[in-house]
Amino acid sequence: MKKRKSLSYAKWGYLFILPFFLCYFIFSLIPLFDTVKYSFFEYFRSGIKEIGPNFVGLENYKMLLQSDMLKYGLNTLILWVIGFIPQIVVALTLAVWFTDIRLKIRGKQFFKVVIYLPNLIMASAFAMLFFTMFSTNGPVNSILMSLGIITERIDFMGSVFGTRSLIGFMNFLMWFGNTTIMLMAAIMGISTEVFEASELDGCNTIKRFFYIILPMIRPILAYTLITAIIGGLQMFDVPQILTNGQGNPDRTSMTLIMFLNNHLKSKNYGMAGALSVYLFIISGILCFIVYRMTNDNDPDGSKAAERRRKKEERRRR
Amino acid sequence: MENKNQNRVQSIVAHVLLIILSFMCLFFFYILIINATRSHAQLQKGFSALPGGHFLENLKNVVNDGTFPMIQGIFNSLLVSTCSAALSTYFSSMTAYGLYTYEFKLRKAAFTFIMAILVMPTQVTAMGFLRLITKMGMYDTLLPLIIPSIASPAVFYFMYSYLQSSLPLSLVEAARIDGSGEFRTFNQIVLPIMKPAIAVQAIFCFVGSWNNYFVPALVTQSKDKMTVPVLIATLRGADYMNFDMAKIYMMIMVAIVPIILVYLLLSKYIIAGVTLGGVKG
Repeated sequence: MKKRKSLSYAKWGYLFILPFFLCYFIFSLIPLFDTVKYSFFEYFRSGIKEIGPNFVGLENYKMLLQSDMLKYGLNTLILWVIGFIPQIVVALTLAVWFTDIRLKIRGKQFFKVVIYLPNLIMASAFAMLFFTMFSTNGPVNSILMSLGIITERIDFMGSVFGTRSLIGFMNFLMWFGNTTIMLMAAIMGISTEVFEASELDGCNTIKRFFYIILPMIRPILAYTLITAIIGGLQMFDVPQILTNGQGNPDRTSMTLIMFLNNHLKSKNYGMAGALSVYLFIISGILCFIVYRMTNDNDPDGSKAAERRRKKEERRRR
Repeated sequence: MENKNQNRVQSIVAHVLLIILSFMCLFFFYILIINATRSHAQLQKGFSALPGGHFLENLKNVVNDGTFPMIQGIFNSLLVSTCSAALSTYFSSMTAYGLYTYEFKLRKAAFTFIMAILVMPTQVTAMGFLRLITKMGMYDTLLPLIIPSIASPAVFYFMYSYLQSSLPLSLVEAARIDGSGEFRTFNQIVLPIMKPAIAVQAIFCFVGSWNNYFVPALVTQSKDKMTVPVLIATLRGADYMNFDMAKIYMMIMVAIVPIILVYLLLSKYIIAGVTLGGVKG
């Protein structure tokens, strides 16, 4: 009797999860198969003529490797690093300060609200704002001029360094608040006893940071890093709008998704498919790492143990 | 004593840095707001720290501009964001409830699958998605921006964690004994319990959808179907040098301000929501 009842409830389980899976199947899995399929075909539009689809095997993949894809990959990486390094340094520092009771930071709530604000701003509007502000006759130039810091207007978006720094700076501004709040939660999760004990043992702020806080928040730090890499891989809105899709100057700020977008807009389905598959493989690996982290209570436990063991061995020798 | 001095110095450094960072975050909005109140001619003369008196005039120009239908854009964005937020929170709660409450064969597999795609970027399937919706006749409509939000793995994960911490299975059992149907139990007993989680996720979904640029830019073509970010982007594509600069600033402001207002009203919950997600991650 009981068994039959639980069986009849199983039906409800399927019913409840059906919309989600149906929707995912239609709008994500079918497109995924379609994308993979056409990556093996020559299929593009030249003028009004549609060429293909002709099966060409791995030709698209080879052509992509010979094209500027790797360069755009490198661009994406550089733009991401420029934004991420200051972001993680500032976020760690702020998180430690915010959680340090001895520091007595005033207006904590105010600062939290302010630093998180840019994260909610529409990236495309933010990029447009930066574009107008940093243009040669924009307000930033005129402020710098009237302060007497510069005598000639700077063409920020005319140089590789300028454009990349602007994109990195915007990514930094948009994400450091978010990271700070995440890391703060991680630090507050550490038992206060640990801090008290360390204080009794004469642990100063720097030691406390390196020997207590860093090791204890490592799982969340790693999670932050991986999700930030996935976010970086998707970088699109800011460089697209700042450079009007050109990746100027000389395509040095063209990211992978901008490249994909160009293929999609010109209806080159074969190339877009192959590029998507490359991106899919990279994000698949990253997704797997995230999966391992979210489903394992101590993702670094084994590694840490092994490291400790090796250290021990070395010491014995 | 030395320790105390050290703390004091550190405290001063911390405050100075915090003020600098806050300045960086707010400075751009300050410029934006000031410039949105000045006329094109005033803007050409250079920057001034004080607002001009052309706020309403600029606003009127933006509203009446036929080539950049901002009002229609805001309406589209509102529609898409509201529907997405409602659909994603409702159906993700439903999925989370289904996987949390019922025992069935594919339960573990389904859960593993969602966890595996948790952070999969939507861009990798964009090409197939574009072809699919073209075939389905949904190209240049708002539907492809709304319907796919039924399957939001991240929202699901949040809801699932919330259920784990706050829904005792005995409650479902009790409802069953009282003769409540399964859907009724979900809609009238479980959903009210999940209200806090739904509120947090609804806000994030709304904001995410409001700010989304990649997909709307891909699937919309006619101007009256564009959402706000796409309109802003076409602004960049236009010959902006011949443009009324005051109008550009006003358009950016119109795009940003609604979210800022919502944020200032709900900042407490939003920041708590970020933290919740962080700890769970």
